Amino acid sequence: MTALTHSPMPAQVGLLAARAIKGTLRNPAQMVFPIVFPLVLLAVNAAGLDAATDLPGFPADSYLDFALAIPFMQGALFAALNGGQDLARDIEGGFLDRLAMTPLSGAALLAGQLGGALFMGLISAVLYLAVGVAFGVGIAAGAGGALVLLLLSLAISSAFACLGTFVALRGGTGEAVQGFFPLFFVLLFLSSAFFPRDLIEHEWFRTIATYNPVSYMVEGIRSLVISGWDGQALAQAFAIALIAIVGFLALSARALRTRLVRT
Amino acid sequence: MTHERAIDVAGLVREFKGGVRAVDGIDLHVAAGEIYGFLGPNGAGKSTTVKVLTTLLPPSGGRATVAGFDVAREGAKVRASIGVALQDVALDPMLTGREHMRLQGGLQGIPRAERARRGAELLDRVGLSDAADRRSKTYSGGMKRRLDLALALLHNPRILFLDEPTTGLDVQSRTALWDEVERLARQEGTTVFLTTQYLEEADVLADRVGIIDRGTIVAEGTPAELKAQVAKPTVEFTPRDAGQCSIAAAALAPFGEPVAARRDGSIAVRLESGADQLADIVRALDHAKIAVAHLALHEPTLDDVFLAKTGRSLEGAADGGTAEEIAPPRRDRVAA
Amino acid sequence: MTAAGTVARTRSVALSVAWRSVHNAFHNPAILLPSVLFPLFFFMAFAGGLSSVQNVPEFDYRSGYTSFQFAFICIQSAAFGGVFTGFAIAGDFEFGFARRLLLAAPNRSGIVAGYMIGAMVRWMFVLAVVFSAALISGMRIDGSLGHLLALLVLALVVSATSTLWAAGIAMRLRTMQAGPVMQMPIFILLFLAPVYVPLHLVAGWVHDVAQLNPFTALLETARGFIAGEPTKVALSAVCLVAMFTLVVGWARGGLHSAERAG
Ligand SMILES: Nc1ncnc2c1ncn2[C@@H]1O[C@H](COP(=O)(O)OP(=O)(O)OP(=O)(O)O)[C@@H](O)[C@H]1O
Ligand SMILES: [Mg+2]
Repeated sequence: MTALTHSPMPAQVGLLAARAIKGTLRNPAQMVFPIVFPLVLLAVNAAGLDAATDLPGFPADSYLDFALAIPFMQGALFAALNGGQDLARDIEGGFLDRLAMTPLSGAALLAGQLGGALFMGLISAVLYLAVGVAFGVGIAAGAGGALVLLLLSLAISSAFACLGTFVALRGGTGEAVQGFFPLFFVLLFLSSAFFPRDLIEHEWFRTIATYNPVSYMVEGIRSLVISGWDGQALAQAFAIALIAIVGFLALSARALRTRLVRT
Repeated sequence: MTHERAIDVAGLVREFKGGVRAVDGIDLHVAAGEIYGFLGPNGAGKSTTVKVLTTLLPPSGGRATVAGFDVAREGAKVRASIGVALQDVALDPMLTGREHMRLQGGLQGIPRAERARRGAELLDRVGLSDAADRRSKTYSGGMKRRLDLALALLHNPRILFLDEPTTGLDVQSRTALWDEVERLARQEGTTVFLTTQYLEEADVLADRVGIIDRGTIVAEGTPAELKAQVAKPTVEFTPRDAGQCSIAAAALAPFGEPVAARRDGSIAVRLESGADQLADIVRALDHAKIAVAHLALHEPTLDDVFLAKTGRSLEGAADGGTAEEIAPPRRDRVAA
Repeated sequence: MTAAGTVARTRSVALSVAWRSVHNAFHNPAILLPSVLFPLFFFMAFAGGLSSVQNVPEFDYRSGYTSFQFAFICIQSAAFGGVFTGFAIAGDFEFGFARRLLLAAPNRSGIVAGYMIGAMVRWMFVLAVVFSAALISGMRIDGSLGHLLALLVLALVVSATSTLWAAGIAMRLRTMQAGPVMQMPIFILLFLAPVYVPLHLVAGWVHDVAQLNPFTALLETARGFIAGEPTKVALSAVCLVAMFTLVVGWARGGLHSAERAG
């Protein structure tokens, strides 16, 4: 703790992130489900919906190529959930109060907390990419595209992690974060993640998917896999992720201030 | 059908995984209509005994019948005859008091028409009428215990098992519960098997007491018998004239050996053959022309019994009068 | 006690336990909402978002994609309803309430039967909600009332089966933490069946696995009833009877384990 008080801000962030990452690594069971579950779902969906690639206008030859973007999104969701729950645990267990006694800046606290979530997001993203390639998915945008894909999925993980952080700070309990989780999934399922938007038959569904920002995040990742360099798709995806990061970070900072004042 | 013996236990053993013999070969008999107090410190095996007798746990050895039915082989018949309030209340936080009664009525197969009436009557008897329509999660600890008791009584069981029923109750609720247990036993002839850590409770309430320690019964009998067995009453006597002390001591010598007195200027004697000798003592003192300022008879307590049987004190060592009562701290003893 | 008396008492116990299960669900949104919203949401996402897949030439189901998915949601919600009840059973054992039931019931199988009935009643409420949503969204039903009743019976048996499966685990482990152990196998069985398209359109290894999965037959039969073209009814019946028999034994073992542990 004393080391922390005299350190400059980057060191503070490093210490807190290291703590978050260690917490994650120390409980490997916590990592298995979030990483395996999306892969199982991918396998099942790839087999179940492969027939859809026969539809005229379907943008990929294999549903696996098309759906590879989904695990990245789910990995980001789980990272956000875990990060949010860790933070909620700190709040419930009083660790946050202890940190509040130190001259630690709020920004460092948030960045450190996010570090843990991002670490997990990155690990799972690399894994999904490797599994995809191993099962014959070609990255249309090439090796550089794969790098951008990891970068984009990191940005998306950050966006959701900021949301998770905000929920944890506002709600202050693990249940509040857990209760939010289904909403993340609703956002994913009511997007263009499982079907190309222009092939969705039902008008109401297409409308929801069009207004759902998750659609654009998925489409950004997908464009790198199935169509190569698509400037517009990438720009939209990065823009939405960045807006979400900035917005939720600002909200989190405010929530953190009230929480530190209140407690 | 009436049974001479409501509960009959012979060589009962219950061993848990890992070799803990929580009940290690106990024998006990409870007559119909009797209140039996099962007394023992934490971890003695009281709750385990209750669970075996109420068919919640199968015995690992020995035999036990309740209401004439074997607990291991005739569980259903045993359950139909007994009411049970366990140490940890078994309530559903989502149900109200009234809904609990309704559920219990159904579980016990009480005719539908009778359920509501009996439920309301019992809620009233345990003083929960006002809270009857609130969820049990809003009840205080004492209210939960009282609801648990009411549920145990719903089907008019002939034998009632109460595992530490007064733990956590305030003085008033405790006295009310004692009255209710007495009423059930005396007026309705219910047999009551009651475990307790409180000496006073066993002493006041129980017709007979069994003292269990580390899975075995170390003493059994009526409270008076038990006390008489181990510790004889002492008589303590203060002469009006302090100079008469030695004469008085000589006069009392035939009745028993002298012991340390509690008051200054007094002499105390442990009576060899019990309190019956009191009249003779008075006569002897009169005969020696000794004027009495104060005469007291000290009955032994159940704690003296426990101490004599186990070498340890049941209650906090601080209460003890003699040095030997300061028991070595026990692993499983929790400060009351 | 006479034999008839025992039967009456066991029934009374079962009905009381079922009453509590239903009562608690309807008085506690935290229990009821997930069990209604999850199926409703899956139905919405699948029937709404994936319907184009029925335009694939070999997609040969005549009643439309909404019906195709309704049949799946029917089975899925029945199976998951049983698992949700399993969570509740585990909680009852973990927090001691189950002792009240164990102490009162002359025949303790009645307790398990009660949980099972409760799960079925709760599921029927879920079904009513999803069915209404399906009708509103224009589901086509080509089967007769008889076919629909047959579908109802099929799903009810699925609900009972999954309840007994989950109860067997709940009574062995007696902690709410056992939740994933109840849920995972059911989840895997359900999704290694033809969820999105008919079996012959499922690709790769999932196709091979799905061919051996009893839920494949159940799904095909359920879809057949809605289309008015009963399919593989005998096979499904055999699967159901076999699975039900297995889980009865499984649940009985669980009950014994709980009885031994007190
Ligand atoms: N399920 C179990 N598994 C293993 N050991 C157990 C189990 N239940 C009880 N025991 C052990 O058996 C012994 C007797 O426990 P029991 O609950 O019968 O004591 P008790 O006399 O009721 O104590 P208390 O006054 O604390 O309620 C203890 O050592 C306890 O640890
Ligand atoms: Mg006890």
